[in-house]
Amino acid sequence: MSTPTTAKWGLRTLAFGYLGLLLLAPVGMIFYKTFEHGLGPPIEAMTSPDAVHAIWLTLLMVAVAVPLNTVFGVGCALLLVRHKWKGNAVLDGIINLPFAISPIVVGLSLFLLYGTTGWFGPTLSEWGIQVLFSTPGMILASVFVSLPFVVRETVPVLQEIGAEQEQAASTLGANAWQAFWRVTLPAIRWGVAYGVVLTTARVLGEFGAVTIVSGSISGETETLPLFVAKAFEQFNEEAAYAGAIVLALLALTTLLLMSVGGRKAKAQGGPIPITGDAAIPTSNQKEGS
Amino acid sequence: MGIAVEGARKRFGDFQALDDVSIDVPDGSLTALLGPSGSGKSTLLRAIAGLEELDSGQVAINGQDATETPAQKREVGFVFQHYAAFKHMTVFGNVAFGLKIRKWDKPQIEARVHELLQLVQLDGLAERYPDQLSGGQRQRMALARALAVEPQVLLLDEPFGALDAKVRKDLRTWLRRLHDEMHVTTIFVTHDQEEAMDVAEQLVVMNAGRVEQSGSADDLYDHPANEFVMSFVGEVNRLGEHFVRPHDMTVSLDRDEGAEEAMVQRIVALGFEIRVEFVLGDGTEVWAQLTRAELQKLELREGQIVYLRPGQVKSFSGDVPPPEGGGASTPRSPDGGEGAEVSAAA
Repeated sequence: MSTPTTAKWGLRTLAFGYLGLLLLAPVGMIFYKTFEHGLGPPIEAMTSPDAVHAIWLTLLMVAVAVPLNTVFGVGCALLLVRHKWKGNAVLDGIINLPFAISPIVVGLSLFLLYGTTGWFGPTLSEWGIQVLFSTPGMILASVFVSLPFVVRETVPVLQEIGAEQEQAASTLGANAWQAFWRVTLPAIRWGVAYGVVLTTARVLGEFGAVTIVSGSISGETETLPLFVAKAFEQFNEEAAYAGAIVLALLALTTLLLMSVGGRKAKAQGGPIPITGDAAIPTSNQKEGS
Repeated sequence: MGIAVEGARKRFGDFQALDDVSIDVPDGSLTALLGPSGSGKSTLLRAIAGLEELDSGQVAINGQDATETPAQKREVGFVFQHYAAFKHMTVFGNVAFGLKIRKWDKPQIEARVHELLQLVQLDGLAERYPDQLSGGQRQRMALARALAVEPQVLLLDEPFGALDAKVRKDLRTWLRRLHDEMHVTTIFVTHDQEEAMDVAEQLVVMNAGRVEQSGSADDLYDHPANEFVMSFVGEVNRLGEHFVRPHDMTVSLDRDEGAEEAMVQRIVALGFEIRVEFVLGDGTEVWAQLTRAELQKLELREGQIVYLRPGQVKSFSGDVPPPEGGGASTPRSPDGGEGAEVSAAA
């Protein structure tokens, strides 16, 4: 290794200083504040029925939205990359929509569609399905805002690996399904995994759209970010900080699971995970407001 | 039997990749598809494998029409230029792939894979990943993978194109020996005429989506059907309407009847072979291939005036031969008349 010059050290200091000030300091402060009086108060705050329900509901959002968007995302990426067609440009544009639209607007549009005067609202409520102010609406909002991540992460990896491995599989007798499971999916798995991590983070932290469609009813339609916001507004700082910590830990766990998986694959001599040129999740209210 | 393609046409947008191509590959033979890039040779190979759908025409493999058969069911072994190795699988996993798809028993798979790895001299590397192999090793692995399922035909798309010169030479000798042992009908695509002549028993020369000529290496070299074949298979000088091989040029220091005056422009020593470049009175540049001994005898030096006499010259009636009418792209026979041979007037 060559000795880093002053310029290199200068840049490094700048990078760490910037990150420290903007990211590490606020997150560190939350940790400090939460555990200021030991483990007791945050644990108590997080075991209240409302908090437990909020955690459970947040995990439910993840459990539904992430698999849905993963299956859709991989399928969509295959369609975009492997089956060239004129309509693909339009499809590509539509997929990016959730990146372009503010979550609040997403929430409002769902409100218009499923509200009592909306297009689908009256029909659905006749069938006894309540979308707004209940779980289905919140799932819709979560799926909407986190839709592009898997597609965006998978498309470049699919382009990178090319179609030849799949063609080789087909000449060896594999049908499309076998070629996908045995060749394509293992080859793109790091792109997909990265997309899943981003999707999870986005769903965990989603605030804007979910606020509007859920009505934020404590113990019923309150996810963890909503719980944190409400606690903060009600000067229940202990609960707010503790909730924020739980959110951060959930996101960290997802990241950790992926990198552990990556290291294991590397130890086996398999290909190294590809770090996609990812868009960063725009979860605005992740650490509480 | 073998492989037969009839009237194959394929268009990509504005580009006519295959323009009424018919070829006949005898059972058990080793045939080269030779041509410059864009000549349609890879498209033809991919069409035989079922990786490319023809706009029209038929493909028959071992007497069975395979035109509508998907790649998955054609039982062809295909080897790609860039190996198309399954990167997340070991060498063993790669070679075993087709057998696993066919649901062979585990002990059978193991025996078969090791037999093949021995054949391609990769025994002992079964647990490696493709990333840990050299280019030549990867290509041999790809070959073992293709051969594992006992394909009816073996198709190789510029198999040595991504390898360096030394490995390339070794591999092509090895491929020929392998073919002698296995006798599976094999087609390989190359743009390297030396490689084609070295390895293949039969050559099919393609250009601009058409077959220009097919036959043995000697046929093509000695009786080229047209200018394209003559200049693609071997080196050529053009003297007015005539074509002559550089090794058929006689260099003399004395004025000679029927010989042309020329000035030595450059002498390039390429090991045993010496390449001497001349410029004729009318400015035409030609070159002659001499041996070291010949050069020493003549004591040529740059700037010297000498007399050149072409030995065997050829001329072709049409310029670049367009096939007449629709179905005329069937391979011309070597003595089909287009290539008229003229002996130099002495």
